Amino acid sequence: MSDFDLVVIGSGPGGYVAAIRASQLGLKTAIIERENLGGICLNWGCIPTKALLKSGEVFEKLSHLEDYGLSAEKPRADLGKIVARSRGVAAQMNKGVAFLMKKHKIEVIEGDATLEKGSPAPLVKVKLKAGGERAVKARTVMLAVGARSRPIPQIGLEPDGERIWAYREAMVPKAMPKSILVVGSGAIGIEFASFYRALGAEVTVIEAMERILPVEDEEVSKAAQKAFEKRGLKFRVGAKVTRVTTSKAGVKIDLEAGGKAESLEAEVCISAVGIVANTDQVGADKVGLELDRGHVKTDAHGKTNVPGLVAIGDCAGPPWLAHKASHEGIHVVEALAGFKSPNAHSPIPGCTYSQPQVASVGLTESAAKAAGRAIKVGRFPFRVNGKAVAAGETEGFVKLIFDEKTGALIGAHMLGADVTEMIQGYVTAMTMEATEEDLWATVYPHPTMSEAMHEASLDAFGRVLHI
Amino acid sequence: MTDILMPALSPTMEEGVLAKWHIKPGDTVEAGQVIAEIETDKATMEVEAVDEGEVSDILVPEGTEGVKVNTPIARLKGGAAPARAPAKADAPEAQAAPAAEAPRAAAPAAAPAPAVKANGAGGARIFASPLARRIAAQNGVDLKAVKGTGPHGRIVKADVEKAPRGAASPAAATRGEARQALSLEQQGIPAGSYDLIPLDGMRKAIARRLTDSFRDVPHFPLTIDLEIDGLLAARQKINAVLEASGVKVSVNDIVIKAAAMALKAVPEANASYTPEGIAMHHHADVAMAVAIDGGLITPIIRAAETKSLSQIATETKDLARRARDRKLKPEEFQGGTFSVSNLGMFGITSFASIINEPQGAIMSVGAGEQRPVVKNGQLAVATVMTVTLTCDHRVVDGAVGARFLQSFKAMLEDPVTMLA
Repeated sequence: MSDFDLVVIGSGPGGYVAAIRASQLGLKTAIIERENLGGICLNWGCIPTKALLKSGEVFEKLSHLEDYGLSAEKPRADLGKIVARSRGVAAQMNKGVAFLMKKHKIEVIEGDATLEKGSPAPLVKVKLKAGGERAVKARTVMLAVGARSRPIPQIGLEPDGERIWAYREAMVPKAMPKSILVVGSGAIGIEFASFYRALGAEVTVIEAMERILPVEDEEVSKAAQKAFEKRGLKFRVGAKVTRVTTSKAGVKIDLEAGGKAESLEAEVCISAVGIVANTDQVGADKVGLELDRGHVKTDAHGKTNVPGLVAIGDCAGPPWLAHKASHEGIHVVEALAGFKSPNAHSPIPGCTYSQPQVASVGLTESAAKAAGRAIKVGRFPFRVNGKAVAAGETEGFVKLIFDEKTGALIGAHMLGADVTEMIQGYVTAMTMEATEEDLWATVYPHPTMSEAMHEASLDAFGRVLHI
Repeated sequence: MTDILMPALSPTMEEGVLAKWHIKPGDTVEAGQVIAEIETDKATMEVEAVDEGEVSDILVPEGTEGVKVNTPIARLKGGAAPARAPAKADAPEAQAAPAAEAPRAAAPAAAPAPAVKANGAGGARIFASPLARRIAAQNGVDLKAVKGTGPHGRIVKADVEKAPRGAASPAAATRGEARQALSLEQQGIPAGSYDLIPLDGMRKAIARRLTDSFRDVPHFPLTIDLEIDGLLAARQKINAVLEASGVKVSVNDIVIKAAAMALKAVPEANASYTPEGIAMHHHADVAMAVAIDGGLITPIIRAAETKSLSQIATETKDLARRARDRKLKPEEFQGGTFSVSNLGMFGITSFASIINEPQGAIMSVGAGEQRPVVKNGQLAVATVMTVTLTCDHRVVDGAVGARFLQSFKAMLEDPVTMLA
């Protein structure tokens, strides 16, 4: 006899959303969490960093008050209050998840789960937080255990909480470091760099690839770097970290860039070089779970090689994004419940909440070309958009990639103020398989920055209006 | 209240035109009374009332196209509870796990279809993504034949890419569309210089079926001359015998009989191409083209090889008469295995018809006329008739068609051999 139809291990944005959907579909569901409901996203990732970044953004705006005809007496940033606010936001969201679990009659089991052989699904042994152990039987077990920051001990890049920080330490600084070296220029590295720079730290970002934000379109990487440099961020691209050494005074990073060795020093280093899946902590080997470089191997419906075991989210492979985990969670639960949810392969957007922001979905120009596709590219800068000029937010642009033959929108890339809120327009269009004509036929409200989205679609076909 | 539903006039009928109402609100109808006329692709049929009562509403106005089978078309006062359209058979599979919610795909099927709008464009709207529509047009995929896997069964790109590049070849589909897009005005014929007759169901069916056939079936003609003096003499004798019974056998009846016999002798010519294989038909169901007001129709002499000439003559006469009155039942004109088209009565000497899919061949019969012929090195006069066999090369190759014509020629030139 199974205790549950579905047991979800991990209550991050993948796991808890999957549990709610399962409950909606009438499955008796439990969720196991070892730390905080909501997982990294709510407690130590997406949400609290957005709180920090908002503080940084507002503070940065204050230094440009004159642009708006305003002035104020010396604004000051209180790091303790900024961090406290961020923690408060996380706590509020965490309570929200607890409420949702209760509302949907999902049993929350607090503790550390490991898998053991079982039928029809692996048996889940939980070392309870409250003490003792509990064996949970379910018809299906869902792994939604996420991932953590990747240490690289070979070069000494191992977070110690003192001189070398991972995201968790970087989120709750006790004092403002004067200088920071950020290793890795993906979304996480850039966001922390953005935040600390906004509050006045000297920040240098080290990237091994030839450009920052390497997954973004090249034009976006280039323009973003310029915009960040204008704010005083420094970059070392194409730079390989060979050694990280710490001392009482700070941290020293040895680099190799263009064949030349170099050393950078700072008070603190933030490691943002990637993630490693948490599959090593749940007894994957005990049930013979097949992994690929630490990530669970799954089919299109989350099925693993172990009967009764499915996996979603970060632990099941890239992109490592909360919304991808939620989407997969819903899809896999619906597949379990016996019907196919449409759009299993919906395009997944990516957002970076720096100043200015970066948002994208679909293929970059070079990826489209590498795939051998004939494309049309359209661009439109915010510098000539009325609302952007009025708001003093003229940085950045919209860039679109269309398939030349079919007119399908296959990539959208944006740099600018609040573009993370706008990308959704293109995501909807791509999910519904819009062509250029649909974007042309759409009416964009005036005056908004979204008008640049319309113009970019027109520009791709030589019909741009305002350039 | 009782709803009168759009009837299915044949097993394959999905929709039809509500051509005419014979009742109006306030009328009292009796069971068996003709209440409406429904026009399908090829026939206009009368609808008889099943229930009796007073007409309270006409739900679908006269002239509405594309009325789906089982749509309520009128309402009677009194009687039993509203009759419901039978549930669609395409309900989703039962779910493996207990589910509080039906799959989303089921939602649209739940409610009975409302009355069709008067401006119904003939056929239900196909839900497809913009990109799916464009790729379908580029690849010549018929969206009607594509099963959608998107939200609410919407056709998405992946569905179109998986679909066979349908009946239409890409170039042909594009051409066809381009041609339709040009108006007569654009082609130099000024508005007002002509009258426009709306396309009825039959005209649309002819246009669609014959365009598809001519474009997609790899067809070729085989022509042969027959001397029919022997046939004419035999026909006289036969008709003399039949005179008392009032039956008169025409040349065309003998052509149908001989064609049926030849099809039995060369069964490869009595076949249909299908993607799954060649269908070898058990009987020679010979369709004969009958010109009627506004088009043509092809009623069928079933198993013509088993029937006597007098039987065939009686049937063709009856079918032709009812065809002209548009009173044929669908099963009387759907599903032949071979066609005969005869324009001899108009003095046409030879022509090549378009294949009537899924049949493997169609025979075009010209006029019998006296022509000079050479016999044993001497010029002579004989009554000669030219027939042309249009063959679907996917199933009837040149040699097969030729053997069929040889057999047909032998039987027609010496009808006695048909008795063998």
